[in-house]
Amino acid sequence: MATRAHAMGEPRDGGTRALALEYTHAEDRTRILGFWIFLATDMILFGCLFATYLVLRTHMDGGPTPATLFDMKGFGAETLALLTSSFTGGLATLSMRDGRQKSVAFWMSVTIVLGLTFLGIEASEFAHDAFIGAVWQRSAFLSSFFTLVGTHGCHVTFGVLWMLVTLYQVLRRGLTPRTARKVFVVNLYWHFLDVVWIFIFTVVYLTGMVM
Amino acid sequence: MTSGFLQFANHYLMWNEGPLIWISDALIVLAVVAIVATLTYTKRWGWLWREWITTTDHKRIGIMYLICALLMLFRGGVDALLMRTQLAFPGEHFLNAEHYDQIFTTHGTIMILFMAMPFIFALFNIVVPLQIGARDVAFPYLNAISFWLFFFGALLFNISFVFGGSPDAGWVSYPPLTELGYDPGPGENYYLVAINLSGIGTIATGINFLVTILRMRAPGMTWNRVPLFTWSVLASCIVILAAFPALTVALALLLLDRIAGTHFFTVLHGGNPMMFINLFWVWGHPEVYIVILPAFGVYSEVVATFSRKAIFGYKSMVASLLLISVISYLVWAHHFFTMGAGADVNTFFAIASMCVGIPTGVKIFNWLFTMYRGRIRLTLPMLWTLAFIPNFVTGGATGILLAAAPEDYQYHNSYFLIAHFHQTLIGGVVYGMLAGMYYWWPKMFGFKLDEKSGKIAFWLWNIGFYVCFMPQYALGLMGMQRRMYTYPANMGWNTLNLASTIGAYLMGLAFLVIVWQILYSIRHGERDVTGDPWDGRTLEWSLPSPVPEYNFAVIPTVTARDMWWAAKYEGQMEHVRPRAEDIRDIHVPKHTARPFLIGLSFFIAGFGLVFEWYVLTAVGFASVLCCLLLRALEEDDEMVIAADTIRQHEATLGRV
Amino acid sequence: MSVPDMRHGRDGGGRRQYVTGYVLSLVLTAIAFVLVAFHVLPVPLLLVLLMALAAVQVLVQLFLFMHVTEGDGSRVKGLAMGLGLFFTLAIALGSIWIMTFNSQVQ
Repeated sequence: MATRAHAMGEPRDGGTRALALEYTHAEDRTRILGFWIFLATDMILFGCLFATYLVLRTHMDGGPTPATLFDMKGFGAETLALLTSSFTGGLATLSMRDGRQKSVAFWMSVTIVLGLTFLGIEASEFAHDAFIGAVWQRSAFLSSFFTLVGTHGCHVTFGVLWMLVTLYQVLRRGLTPRTARKVFVVNLYWHFLDVVWIFIFTVVYLTGMVM
Repeated sequence: MTSGFLQFANHYLMWNEGPLIWISDALIVLAVVAIVATLTYTKRWGWLWREWITTTDHKRIGIMYLICALLMLFRGGVDALLMRTQLAFPGEHFLNAEHYDQIFTTHGTIMILFMAMPFIFALFNIVVPLQIGARDVAFPYLNAISFWLFFFGALLFNISFVFGGSPDAGWVSYPPLTELGYDPGPGENYYLVAINLSGIGTIATGINFLVTILRMRAPGMTWNRVPLFTWSVLASCIVILAAFPALTVALALLLLDRIAGTHFFTVLHGGNPMMFINLFWVWGHPEVYIVILPAFGVYSEVVATFSRKAIFGYKSMVASLLLISVISYLVWAHHFFTMGAGADVNTFFAIASMCVGIPTGVKIFNWLFTMYRGRIRLTLPMLWTLAFIPNFVTGGATGILLAAAPEDYQYHNSYFLIAHFHQTLIGGVVYGMLAGMYYWWPKMFGFKLDEKSGKIAFWLWNIGFYVCFMPQYALGLMGMQRRMYTYPANMGWNTLNLASTIGAYLMGLAFLVIVWQILYSIRHGERDVTGDPWDGRTLEWSLPSPVPEYNFAVIPTVTARDMWWAAKYEGQMEHVRPRAEDIRDIHVPKHTARPFLIGLSFFIAGFGLVFEWYVLTAVGFASVLCCLLLRALEEDDEMVIAADTIRQHEATLGRV
Repeated sequence: MSVPDMRHGRDGGGRRQYVTGYVLSLVLTAIAFVLVAFHVLPVPLLLVLLMALAAVQVLVQLFLFMHVTEGDGSRVKGLAMGLGLFFTLAIALGSIWIMTFNSQVQ
């Protein structure tokens, strides 16, 4: 049957080797490409938030400074949680290519739990900050800090919800080209969020502790 | 009871502010009543829902964008005429200062974001899939969402005038004026929320068309054979994707300052207002290139077709499009040379701004070389293109003057600047959009727009344009600043202002003639029976007019640039003409109400944000999430058009 | 520029990729944390090193986790990331440059 989406790049050696499931259909390949391009725009979005932070981070208005706020154990734990969750998400993709549905569900669940752990630590960090009066209405530094890190946190929250919905579909409908593509894309999003976090802990937290 | 209502009427409906508000209210009510009555009388509600509101067809979506663009051109034009009326004579009190501020704000915002953008998206949607030999865009569902996000963003912005009050701080909305201390009330919030809402749709459109052009070209259409309009869309999409995130951030941060008490751009607590201006123009400059690049694409198509020659210098045309899209990203600080960023910064951005004119110059020369020794036909699209050249070149030249930072200290925010950007935006973008509208109208609707009235509109508009804006260069040099709601009688500005107003009215008249032209042509316009009324060169002209839902019965194979020309005159017809035995079932996306509902949900959420009624916001966002969830779980979103149906249809059109 | 196939799961080649990526990322992160915790280097050098470590880790994730080289259109993905990075740097560095005159304002 002639599908509506006419693809240009048919795989060159689709003959003898079986394709990874999410790449078997042209429409799914197109969606993966579209998502990469979306990630480029999200990168620029975070870039603008970083630019704002970099310009405003010395504007503390006599209020709380990075040194008083940043706690290495806290953001260290967050980093470990998110990095590991990126790894386990990758293991989910791997299991998907092996066709092992239960394994996919397992690794996605682990990823979700680790994501929630990240969010939990971050929420408690923010709550502590509020408790000592470091709220985003206090100074430009705090406004830009909470907005940058908070936007990342919102992205992670959305990612957790998205993973839950994807997990549900994998359990309900098994591994089809469509669900395979969905697993691949949500994990791509998740890896991207870890990449952004690398910049956050480097540019915001680590740098903030030395300057 | 009545005092409560009076309070509401004065505070939200602004009935105490005079006839402008009452007239607007009356017109809106009349328009809504007329639309509802017509739909009910002709029993067309079902049709409207089925064929338009729930469509995912790029051609329908393109037409909806076009209608919105023309309506917004009307609204923005009325704003312009109101301003020019106020400025016709010194010391006038036709508009008070507050209303004048609201009107120049809405004029600018509407013209750029709610007129020019939908106009280019109309052409994107109508033309690109047809030109590349595809059946639709890469993501038709997302395409519908883009439209409805735009629609509801524009709606949110437009109701501000009659509910709550319009923004009044200029289309650029600079802090600290736009911070809560100086600009309380919902007006500015409307601006921030509505633009961000339609901005989401714009980013989605950028992704959609980029992927469409990358992945859905017909077999054989290598990069070397892609039509120049499609190339211009590609370049424009790259800029959209690079620029709009910056706008999203700038507006969101200002909104946070206003509704959450943060200090990004405030004067106190460490905020830095200049950072907004910086971020805003990171978007703002690429924005004008987003709208001009497709216009350049239109001109390339029109010049080639109506000179009966292939475009001169195809490769340099492509290179210049891509160069413009990258360089345009590196010039933004020229919008605030006078803010004191330093000589080194100003120097870099001054030189970069001059550089960006070079690839454009290459394009102008290529168009001229194409016309040289061509067999030129002076149709409406060609007339607008010919008029564009001197107009835009002049505007571009004054741009180079403005780019010289020391000179800009004299020109900045004077009427010289206003004349420059109107000349490039109207002379470049609007002329291009009109040329494109005239050119592709028969493909969409099956009839041409009447030439005679079109020519009257053309001359009225062109004469009106120069009469309106040339005096403004002089006014700027004489020291008249922008955004002045009136001026003293002894500055020597009186005659030029009056002349400028007369020119504006001529353009207004031209618009009315265009409206009449459209209405007249629906009945009496020359019908397009061949699908190729202009003897065109690209694939869209190989299809019947109007185009069937599935576009191509059989996807063509492309063997040359200007494939339709090659088919007609170089023996390549077999690759384009469908053969009955090659026709198969075609899968198309089903109609769906969800894009409309997502737009509506965002509208509700946005409305809540504007007035800080957060329950509404929560409800709106929850509804968006529900729609997303339903889409994620959707399994069966396609329907089939049977091969037999297609064969029959093509046969009745005499194509198989 | 290859389209990924099922073998990536079966023969453990893919698993190796992910484990390598994870370990490398942990190491790079740990180095960054240790450098800051033990604060021996001069600040400018430290900052450069931190950025370099971050950049390397991003590449690790891009190639080993996100499969940027996979699939048709991998050139486009690379180009999209590259252009995105170019524009991001233009904004970030350009903004800092433009706004530095003002950095004395507290």
